[in-house]
Amino acid sequence: MIRSAEALQTLSSGWFLEHAWLIPIVPAIGFFIIILFGKKLPMKGSEIGLLSMLSSLVLAGETAMQWIDRVNSGAEAQFIAPVVRTWNWWQIGGMKFTIGQSIDGLAVIVLVVVAFISTLVQLYSTEYLKGDRRYTHFFAALTLFSAGMLAMVVAEDTILFLLGWEIMGLCSFMLIGHWWEDGANSRAALKAFFTVRTGDMGLLVGVAMLYFASNEWTTEHLGVSGFSIRGISAWALSGEPNSTVILVASVALFIAAIGKSGQFPLHTWLPDAMAGPTPVSSLLHSSTMVVAGVFLVARLYPVFFTGFDILGTGGNFITIIGGITIVIAAALAFVQNDIKKVLAYSTVSQLGYMMLGLGAGAWLPAVFHIFTHAFFKACLFLGAGSISHSASHHSFDMKKDMGGLRKVMPITFTTWVISTLALCGVFPFSGFFSKDEIIDNVGHNGYQLFMIIGLIGAFMTAAYMTRATYLTFFGEARGASAGEHHDEHHDAHAPAHDSHDSHDAHDAHATEHTDHGPHESGWRITLPLVLLAVLALSSGLLNATPFGEKWERIKTWVEPRAEVVMETAPGGPGHSNVLSIPTAAEEGHHDSPCGSETPEEGVCYAPQLQHAPFKWSKAMLSLGIVFLGIALSWLFSTLLYTRKDKRLVGLTERNGVLRAGCNLLINKYYLDALYENVIVKAIAGPIAAAAYWFNQNVLDGILHAVARASRAFSGWVYRNIDQRVVDGTVNNSGKATKGAGGVLAPVQSGKVSQYGALLFSAAAVAALVLVIINS
Amino acid sequence: MLVNQFLFLAALLFCIGVYGVIARKNAVLVLMSIELILNAVNLNFVAFALRNGNADGHTFALYIIAIAAAEVGVGLGLVLLIFRNRRTISLDDLSEMKG
Repeated sequence: MIRSAEALQTLSSGWFLEHAWLIPIVPAIGFFIIILFGKKLPMKGSEIGLLSMLSSLVLAGETAMQWIDRVNSGAEAQFIAPVVRTWNWWQIGGMKFTIGQSIDGLAVIVLVVVAFISTLVQLYSTEYLKGDRRYTHFFAALTLFSAGMLAMVVAEDTILFLLGWEIMGLCSFMLIGHWWEDGANSRAALKAFFTVRTGDMGLLVGVAMLYFASNEWTTEHLGVSGFSIRGISAWALSGEPNSTVILVASVALFIAAIGKSGQFPLHTWLPDAMAGPTPVSSLLHSSTMVVAGVFLVARLYPVFFTGFDILGTGGNFITIIGGITIVIAAALAFVQNDIKKVLAYSTVSQLGYMMLGLGAGAWLPAVFHIFTHAFFKACLFLGAGSISHSASHHSFDMKKDMGGLRKVMPITFTTWVISTLALCGVFPFSGFFSKDEIIDNVGHNGYQLFMIIGLIGAFMTAAYMTRATYLTFFGEARGASAGEHHDEHHDAHAPAHDSHDSHDAHDAHATEHTDHGPHESGWRITLPLVLLAVLALSSGLLNATPFGEKWERIKTWVEPRAEVVMETAPGGPGHSNVLSIPTAAEEGHHDSPCGSETPEEGVCYAPQLQHAPFKWSKAMLSLGIVFLGIALSWLFSTLLYTRKDKRLVGLTERNGVLRAGCNLLINKYYLDALYENVIVKAIAGPIAAAAYWFNQNVLDGILHAVARASRAFSGWVYRNIDQRVVDGTVNNSGKATKGAGGVLAPVQSGKVSQYGALLFSAAAVAALVLVIINS
Repeated sequence: MLVNQFLFLAALLFCIGVYGVIARKNAVLVLMSIELILNAVNLNFVAFALRNGNADGHTFALYIIAIAAAEVGVGLGLVLLIFRNRRTISLDDLSEMKG
């Protein structure tokens, strides 16, 4: 499409788009109200949390509507400028720091997801945590978390981004350790915090590097500082940056993403984070917070695009990490007995898919996978919580306390199965449309090896989810779900459990056991489940590539269009910059130079990406793999867990190779051992010992030599000067001091405030003297 | 010039802080007063940075904020231990001197 006019078509805007910054502000205010007045409110502060999230959801929904209008008001393939509003936060000399919002398609889609899931999880929590002793604090932290995430999403600059990122880290720590009376929980919280902090260093380094590298360019060309995300994006695609600088910066930023999104090798905190209450696992550690790392990569995509030369190679840092994560996390999910840990590893694996997609240039499928994954994974987690809440007496052990639950919990069962099918990527469910697109596009962009890894991952996903479903809902009821009174057996079971095994031992536990048998949960638990299951079923249709371009709505709304634009400031505050097309780039958009070469005039905000054409043959292949995974796993589970086939039972004990593999998985590849025993102990042990040795032998040696020399010298001084000259003086002055001391003794009263008064009055006198001398 | 008003405010805060340190018996309130003093200093730094158009004052202020946070952490830890040992945080009762 050729446009002759130089200025771009004017885009529509609206109140909600202009005021999207209210979305994080509302829950932030809610947090303060809860923490200050929550305990006095009739519902202990949960109503404020719920209300603020609901308002955020409404605001986000309206913003999304207006964004869609804005996209539709532009021409096809026109660059849809984000709605940017900034305020001066801090200004000194030549430096100016702004804080503000930048709303584009990516921000809108994540805003809606976060606000929606937060609202449902808060509703769910009002039932799940009923009677908890820190109920108010729980809701305060949950609300603050949402505020942090939303602030990160709307952020226009990396500073606000960093702020939101850190708030999430803090809230995650508070919520994992919510039941800190249990030592395992507080250990898990610390582990999560420190592991994520290790990655956060990368974010700080990356942000600082980008600022110093790009500030000059962005100030000259766009009039924004080097903290502005769109400034950095334009700079990264301008052909200006030094390739080493941008490579190092993107590696540093990706390390942050590894920590936050639980990628290999820093994924070990995520499964342990399941020690937190189930709503927390559902919101933070599966659907929203952990995608922050993915969001970081998606947000600053031009930096990674240029830094790693994404379309030019067949493998880079991001895809390697993503690929490794997919497979190793999926393998770990097979040996877990704790239902939440299966889901946790599944989350790690799915985040690997998102990273893989981003690393291989499949930006839109990866972002779409954030969207669909949030719904079905939240649903699975809340389902697991529903089981533990109503059927298995707060146990999450699938082998001991679950089984045969499909008859007693029909709603939970149905929603679980829908979400599982979505997660596996079965055709009409949402996961198919996103995951299959990632795999397809990864192959299309020249990353064949990683496409195969993606397919292997799909097979494993289908298999471990089938195993979990079988153990939970089929077979015969075991342990608590069979109505067995769990509390008496609890201590007997305890030593056999993994030390991190999470039992949600909340206060309600002892008090409200009117009926002990498994039953369906109340409406505040099942309503979120049903809503999420409906979305898990249908949200894929928003970008259903198989049905033709008309169905690719998310692509139209979210994907930034790679068009070269000129940005000129009309001058004067309060006027937004005017976008226009440079004359040189008028001849059509199909060969947009963004990303592939240096734009001659104007700037790009997004690289030009290709989309793989959809082919049913490829989809059939991956669907076949998924069904194979489900069928094999089902067969295996039936044979093994009902103990029909004696050959399978105890196979891992008999066969050496299998036993070694199984042990490797059960010990989580010994990564925890590596971190705790090798790295931490090395610092605590040998390195500390070496420092001690150095201290004792080298430093002390020097010290002793100096001491001996000075002792000899002082002996001479003592004999010749001290005894003869000084002593006479001292004796006299001693007498004088004794007299004066007698007078001053009452001042040494031991009363600190008196000392303070003396100190300050002396300082005041000194200051006065100084003033008099100077004037 | 606007700087004067900042300086007056800082001086006022400083005086309130000093008064608090000297006159208050409660250890927590004394810690809070110390915070006031530190922040009065911060205000001075920022005011002068504003006047001179120089970022150094801001940097100092940020350092002071960080150190003040650490100081409060240690201070409250001390207060907590004192309270555990003596069941009081009144500074006057803490003296063990005979004078």
